[in-house]
Amino acid sequence: MSQKYLMKGNEALAEAAIRAHCRHFFGYPITPQTEVAAYMAKRMPKIGGTYLQAESEVAAINMVLGAASAGARAMTSSSSPGISLKTEGISYIAASDLPALIINVMRGGPGLGGIQPSQSDYWQATRAPGHGDAQLLVYAPSSVQEMVDLVIRAFETGEKYRCPAMLLADGMLGQMMEPVSFPDEIALPASKPWALTGTGEKRRPNIINSLYLTPSQLEEIVRKRFERYELIKQNEVLWDSYRLEDAEYMVVAYGATARICKAAVEIAREMGVKAGLFRPVTLWPYPTSQLAECAKKVSRILCVEMSMGQMVDDVRLAVNGTCPVSFYGRTGGIVPTPEEIAQQITALAAAKA
Amino acid sequence: MILNMLVAGFGGQGVLFMGKVAAKTAMLEERFVSWLPSYGPEMRGGTANCAVCIDDKEISCPLITRPETLVVLNTPSFERFTDAVKPGGRVFVDSSLVDKKTDRTDIDAFYIPSTGLAEENGLKGLGNIVMLGQVLRQTAFTGLETLVQSMKECVPASKAFLQEANERALRLGFSYCAVQA
Repeated sequence: MSQKYLMKGNEALAEAAIRAHCRHFFGYPITPQTEVAAYMAKRMPKIGGTYLQAESEVAAINMVLGAASAGARAMTSSSSPGISLKTEGISYIAASDLPALIINVMRGGPGLGGIQPSQSDYWQATRAPGHGDAQLLVYAPSSVQEMVDLVIRAFETGEKYRCPAMLLADGMLGQMMEPVSFPDEIALPASKPWALTGTGEKRRPNIINSLYLTPSQLEEIVRKRFERYELIKQNEVLWDSYRLEDAEYMVVAYGATARICKAAVEIAREMGVKAGLFRPVTLWPYPTSQLAECAKKVSRILCVEMSMGQMVDDVRLAVNGTCPVSFYGRTGGIVPTPEEIAQQITALAAAKA
Repeated sequence: MILNMLVAGFGGQGVLFMGKVAAKTAMLEERFVSWLPSYGPEMRGGTANCAVCIDDKEISCPLITRPETLVVLNTPSFERFTDAVKPGGRVFVDSSLVDKKTDRTDIDAFYIPSTGLAEENGLKGLGNIVMLGQVLRQTAFTGLETLVQSMKECVPASKAFLQEANERALRLGFSYCAVQA
């Protein structure tokens, strides 16, 4: 961690992937993540990697499936409508127990929606990244530096559990520039004995498959996968907090919104309201028990998102009635201001008094 | 905060570049910084803006809704943002392009014909950099030589021939005595 660079989030995450030894990028352009593809297009050919602009998002995700089957560290990147197109492939990747990285730089939805920042793909990322009983590791950075750090972690954790991972960012993080540094050395991927690399006529063929027509067999495979999910829930939760020590009111937010909430907490504090912030860094696995623990020490919770209220479901599940949870959101590409969130926090305090 | 600046104008005026040069000084001085642009169709001819925050502590929110320093390079931006400036803040107006004056008395307003100044000095298209020189003069958010160095690092190698003109534009803006209204 030495030299600092002033980089856009999209460029920084692409550079992080390259430094994390990813040499296979398959994508299709879409605002606001196009810089990821542009950066890869410029860099990959120079380092012996593959940059391929596919004919569609569906093609790109299936190329990732293919590359991952062969044991390559592979990734794709898109924004909300493009991710919807990729969900079939994501389900196949999860069902094939393949690690791969999927970037979603969220924009306003549903449908084609808009191109401004949003967080309205939370449900999609954490509940139904495709059909079937499946989960993705979901990482939610809230700074350009975290985009770098979490890309590296997503590759490594995904490979450890043979599970696809998603970096869930948004247009604001993708487009903004901040100073970043990169780790001096990133470990090479561990060997993948399951990969389809040719038997050399020395072993039985490996098979990557997601079709199981015998229900009992499929159930057993899904159950085994869920045992791994349990391990992930135990070991891979990440979260952060800000000024929670003496907080009476807890704001829960992730990603870019958490940045804005941090400023709102400061404003509320200046007005004499003891506010603090709980920030999930992994959205799946969700920091459920950690949030429940923090909820015991506050009187009210405000969940803030750039959506109509999606993560608030997980907040309520975690808090489980310990204290009232209210929600504030802006959607459609509107980024809430620190002032309007601070107003929501002080209103909570006033309602209690 | 050391600098809390919103730069706004048309796409193509160098709004984003001007913000980037300012942002990069923070890297050289090992301060915290964020640079947040408007993006999308705005960049291609519509109105464009970028928010630059420089501080000695971590930047919690990169958005600027109430700028301490506002730079406007066109009339729509003047109309859209001048009322948002924090009391006690300042607005820099390119008076070659904006034929308006604010009636706010709780902010300092500087009217600089930066586009015209640039053209008169053989620096066509560098009105943004002239303006940046003036912002530096009035806010002292960094040193002149740091800003010159920052610009060197922001100009890509393929455009290195522009370096000398950029530096001249910066010094021209810095030495200009604005009429303060």
